[in-house]
Amino acid sequence: MAVEPVPPAEALLVVEHLTMRFGGLIAIDDVSFIANRREITAIIGPNGAGKTTVFNCLTGFYKPSVGRLTLHHPRRGPFLLERMEGFRIPQQAGVARTFQNIRLFSGMSVLENLIVAQHNALMRASAFSLAGLLALGRYRRAERAAVERARHWLDQIGLIDRADWIAGSLPYGDQRRLEIARAMCIEPVLLCLDEPAAGLNPRETADLNRLLLDIRASEGIGILLIEHDMSVVMGISDHVVVLDYGRKIADAAPQEVRNDPHVIRAYLGEDEDEALPPEVLQDLGDTVKGR
Amino acid sequence: MGWRGGGGACGGGPAGGGMRLRRVGSRNKRVDQRNLEYFLQQLINGLTLGGIYGLIAIGYTMVYGIIGMINFAHGEIYMIGAFIALIAFLVLGLVGVTWVPLALLIVLVVAMVLTAFYGWVLERVAYRPLRGAPRLSALISAIGMSIFLQNYVQLAQGARVKPLAPVIPGGFSLLEVDGFIVQLSYLQVIIIVLTTALMAGFSLIINRTSLGRAQRACAQDMKMASLIGIDVDRTISTTFVIGAALAAVAGMMVTLYYGVIDFYIGFLAGIKAFTAAVLGGIGSLPGAMLGGVLIGLIEVFWSAYFTIEYKDVAAFSILVLVLIFRPTGLLGRPEVEKV
Repeated sequence: MAVEPVPPAEALLVVEHLTMRFGGLIAIDDVSFIANRREITAIIGPNGAGKTTVFNCLTGFYKPSVGRLTLHHPRRGPFLLERMEGFRIPQQAGVARTFQNIRLFSGMSVLENLIVAQHNALMRASAFSLAGLLALGRYRRAERAAVERARHWLDQIGLIDRADWIAGSLPYGDQRRLEIARAMCIEPVLLCLDEPAAGLNPRETADLNRLLLDIRASEGIGILLIEHDMSVVMGISDHVVVLDYGRKIADAAPQEVRNDPHVIRAYLGEDEDEALPPEVLQDLGDTVKGR
Repeated sequence: MGWRGGGGACGGGPAGGGMRLRRVGSRNKRVDQRNLEYFLQQLINGLTLGGIYGLIAIGYTMVYGIIGMINFAHGEIYMIGAFIALIAFLVLGLVGVTWVPLALLIVLVVAMVLTAFYGWVLERVAYRPLRGAPRLSALISAIGMSIFLQNYVQLAQGARVKPLAPVIPGGFSLLEVDGFIVQLSYLQVIIIVLTTALMAGFSLIINRTSLGRAQRACAQDMKMASLIGIDVDRTISTTFVIGAALAAVAGMMVTLYYGVIDFYIGFLAGIKAFTAAVLGGIGSLPGAMLGGVLIGLIEVFWSAYFTIEYKDVAAFSILVLVLIFRPTGLLGRPEVEKV
């Protein structure tokens, strides 16, 4: 794993020339950006811009056609995500992810959802369940630590009273927060959230913002966020990457992005005068004049 | 199968078992078959057989639970377990290990470990390369493995029925009424105790350990399980290994109980255990254990009170009835559409 250029000190995820083709369709076209530690990086863009595809490349669902995804883990060193097996990305590189449509283990209890996310630590401690069966001390301690961590996150998301509920029976907003808590239980260094505010009411959205800011402050990890809700994007992100038709069209602080003409055009469509080629304009002009 | 002649041995274990059960009854032809002692004896026999079916059924239900496919080679895994146990007994006899508890323990461990290895290879060869392929492909490759394993054992061990002299003779006489003795053999005690212990230990693994949690997570959403760092392939392998180890215990018990095995026993026992898993609710572990015991009881009581010739018909009628009237089984949950 030769990583030539020394990245900026705080760089957590370095995406270089990421390109993803599906047959003739170019879903992502040469996108590069950096997500820093202790920062919230938002990826925005109109529908079909390739945001979720970026996540799928990051979390091993897709193998990128071109490009390099380097994750600089503060303790374990750099990982090249595009070369890793799917389950090792969360396990070793510490990349956690949530989904647009909630994917909890809906048949398990709320607490179990958080414990199962700590599977790897528990498996190591239990010597692959042998010690767990014999209820040896080491495993008991590891399990207690796992429960403690789960309780901590249940407290954070305000679900401590519902620890024994079946996850699928929680209200929608709670399920979203539980999904974030579960992602946090794998002890990630990069948390990728795919539209966490989708379907939340304004009050729940405000809670979500607070939760994400808390996570950034207390855990010191990086958060990568796909979001359509601009109150979230503008409210909490430190840094916004804008995609349109698979290309990066802006990469700056939220205030700058908001006023960027390219971004406005991508969202609101082209200005009519500029959009049409001159010949057409001329014809049109004649028609208008004629009236 | 016709070429093998001697229809009595057809179907191996369970048929032999039926004959043995019949013998217990027919010794007392004078005795009214509807009295309590006769019932008690059949109950003991049925529980023993049911425990064995339950152990095999766990393998079906676990694999179904995690990858949503029926492992049609599982009956063959059980048959291989029986053969390994038989060979281990003979080898131990040759080298002079005659203390029965020690011999049993060694055979148990050897059969479980080697059969588990077969289960691991089965998954590696027949399932893993087809992960993500249409379900039908994996079904066909499993049936292919089943045919392969049967023929492999037939070629390696011969087609003839293999006998094993009784290892654990004797038993308790519980009560005697009018010359009818209700017997509980030591072997039945061992079988019932061992299967109960294994099922309990197994339930502990699934419900209490992180391995079990990982298995349940994979069963619910494999992609998501992988995203929280669970090695899905390894978890599936472990599932096959555990299922095979339990089937090996069932194979060893059948070898001891009936004293005869052949390369074909996996077929009938496999389908019966599959019936048990469906009856209990495929995918449900307590269901598999319950279904196994019920199928064992149904088969034994049918043989005892009606006609032994139709005992397989009785067991498979259950399969048909359950599939028609209660496809989710006794303890199964209704199928929830995955999003």
